Amino acid sequence: MEVNQYLEMFIEESKEHLQACSEHLLELEKNPEDLAIVGEIFRSAHTLKGMSATMGFEDLADLTHKMENVLDAIRNEKIKVTPEILDVVFESVDHLEEMVYDIADGGNGKRNVQETVEKLKSIESGEPVAAAKAPTAPVAETPITSNANLKLKYDDFEKTVILQSSEQDFNAYEITITLREDCLLKAARVFMLFEILEKNGDVIKSLPTVDKLEEEQFDSEFHVAYISNEPAEDLQKMLMKVSEVDHVEVNEINQDVFKTSATSVTEEIAAAVQEVAATTEVAPTAPTTAPAEPKAATSTNGNKSSGGHTTSKTIRVNIERLDILMNLFEELAIDRGRLLSIAADVNHSELNETVERMSRTMGDLQNIVLTMRMVQVETVFNRFPKMVRQLSRDLNKKITLNIVGAETELDRTVIDEIGDPLVHLIRNSVDHGIESPEVRRAKGKPEEGTVELRAYHSGNYVFIEIEDDGAGINRDRVLQKAISKGVVTHEQSLSMTDKQINELILASGFSTADVISDVSGRGVGLDVVKSTIESLGGNISIDSTQDVGSVFSIQLPLTLSIISVMLVEIEREIYAIPLSSIIETSIIRNSDILNAHNQKVIDFRGKVVPLVFLEEIFEVPRQEQKDDGFHSVVIVRKGDKLAGLVVDSFIGQQEIVLKSLGNYLTNIFAISGATILGNGKVALIVDCNALMK
Amino acid sequence: MTNAIEQKNLKVIVFQLADKEYAIPVSHVKGIEKLMHITRVPKTMRYVKGVINLRGVVTPVIDLRERFDLPISGNEETTRIIIITLETMDVGFVVDSANDVLDIDAESIEQQPEVVGSLEEEFIAGVAKLENRLLILLHLDKVLNPLD
Repeated sequence: MEVNQYLEMFIEESKEHLQACSEHLLELEKNPEDLAIVGEIFRSAHTLKGMSATMGFEDLADLTHKMENVLDAIRNEKIKVTPEILDVVFESVDHLEEMVYDIADGGNGKRNVQETVEKLKSIESGEPVAAAKAPTAPVAETPITSNANLKLKYDDFEKTVILQSSEQDFNAYEITITLREDCLLKAARVFMLFEILEKNGDVIKSLPTVDKLEEEQFDSEFHVAYISNEPAEDLQKMLMKVSEVDHVEVNEINQDVFKTSATSVTEEIAAAVQEVAATTEVAPTAPTTAPAEPKAATSTNGNKSSGGHTTSKTIRVNIERLDILMNLFEELAIDRGRLLSIAADVNHSELNETVERMSRTMGDLQNIVLTMRMVQVETVFNRFPKMVRQLSRDLNKKITLNIVGAETELDRTVIDEIGDPLVHLIRNSVDHGIESPEVRRAKGKPEEGTVELRAYHSGNYVFIEIEDDGAGINRDRVLQKAISKGVVTHEQSLSMTDKQINELILASGFSTADVISDVSGRGVGLDVVKSTIESLGGNISIDSTQDVGSVFSIQLPLTLSIISVMLVEIEREIYAIPLSSIIETSIIRNSDILNAHNQKVIDFRGKVVPLVFLEEIFEVPRQEQKDDGFHSVVIVRKGDKLAGLVVDSFIGQQEIVLKSLGNYLTNIFAISGATILGNGKVALIVDCNALMK
Repeated sequence: MTNAIEQKNLKVIVFQLADKEYAIPVSHVKGIEKLMHITRVPKTMRYVKGVINLRGVVTPVIDLRERFDLPISGNEETTRIIIITLETMDVGFVVDSANDVLDIDAESIEQQPEVVGSLEEEFIAGVAKLENRLLILLHLDKVLNPLD
């Protein structure tokens, strides 16, 4: 099969399904009684299983299958939802995610998940959680090695049916049907077998469930619980008549097992069943609903369509195509400019009108094209509830995560980059910010800590904030550490504001492993967070009050593909300087320029700022030397270092679309990219960071 | 792919540079553009004239005369930029003129005669003799990769 063709789609959809699983699981944890949620999770898992089996990722399909069994048991009210069970399911989802990521990275999605599988199996078979509470006897997948009499497990309801049937002189059987290994149309055989069964009695349940049998999701053997007044032998013969059936075993269900209450540790299955039976009431509605499953088997297609997903009204578009669209659109925009000027020259009213209308449509179009790359920040945020839940369980803390503004939109390129820094910051808040319940109580705070993740637009920026009501940053210890690490000097520290001190934890060189536990924990790898955010053209700041909490605030540009720049001119060349690095512009006199070690500098508000003559750096060919005694200077910054870029003149501020120089020209000194100006010419973007050491 | 000699029958774009005719397999040619505004890119190889706006895509442009150390000429009415594409790179070649598409029989292509002594020969994949014309087939990989 042409697998590669579908791989990308598979990966995307798998991620979506896993995300849906996580979200619904979190919801389920809050409303453990709501079985509709389980249904949702089950559906996602089921689709994922089908997809991965089709794509040939057996491990993925297998683990999903095991997880599905547990979910199925929950759905059918055989297991009660407990945090412990959810832990295991979450663990499975984590594994599945890893597998999918592995596949996305070109791997084969293999992973050692034995431990999790064992846990799932034991949950499914009712231990240890269900063994203690007998009435929640779960469905079991057949243990291959077990010789236990009963292969299936029954819930109260099913037991009632069985007991009741015996009162009406029906026999209850457990039938194990084995199809031949080389059976070609397993689903068809299943259908034929069920037809025979239904003619002669009622199928109570099957393992795997009927819809799985229909989809051929079983090896070669399946089990059916069955009520009939036919003798076992006849049934066996009838079923054997179906071709490609290898073996049929019909065992009568010993209903005494249901009734007696002897408990044996080695036979938990039986034990669970017995206890349940002891407390069982007779449910008169049972026989009417029992045949529901076999019926489903006969209406293969109808069943599926009704249970389908609600489709979202979006389509996937390759981002490259959007780029092409954007390029074409810019071409159009340039032509629009030309048309407008031609129309002005010709001064023909109809032409004017048409051009104007076209111009307006183009404006709308521009908006749409630009917003098409925007993605809701939710796609990043939605992985955090699960993460916080896991962390708080691991750390024995009580934490609520509030998410505000998940619908805020950001450019796709920013979204892709911002995930890891946020993970870091949230971990940091949960791990080191929020105190343990005891400490919180001692401080007079509620036991449950709160972490709030906020996103909102403001101007041309998106702000993402992580606020916790935890311990805050211990100013003195941060300072001590920073001084001992040589990040700041003692003298410097005297004039620092609290905010500046807080932000020391983001400094590189500050965070080493031994700092974590030392300085109120804050500081592990946060310099990486800072540099990632800065590489996105963003900014991070910290506000913190000790024992009250901290706010990490990230400011990000709306999009990376459109940036605000200052256009400047040198001779006849136009360069763009990103506004994010510019502090201000100023005009200086020749006499303001001072010499320091062969470096021309100026005094800018009391600070010595080195001058960079762009004309020299960029080797701009000069027709004639011009010197009118003044220089235009753009003051730019990198971190806390300043420099003055000397240019001929300022043109003005403009929003530009960022373009790369292509694969041929890479690593051009001090040029970070290019853009196309309104006149169709290319202007280069100055990389201010490269100009400052 | 770029080794033109291996192919049986070759469709090429023929262009003029100084007094010689050169050829590039048509499969590598994306288009031929009239000369347009070229933005100089500082601190790059001498023969890189700069970048152009090729329908919204910033595309670098190489002056082939400079690349081959031929005498530099002014821009004429016939000057063209041939946009070639190699693997993931799109690059423009500035040439004196480009106006012919030819089919070359693979058999008429010969190895570059070894006596020719100029920097140029590094870039040559072979020569093709067509009646009274001599076409020089370019080795695009080498033209694009810096020599050092």
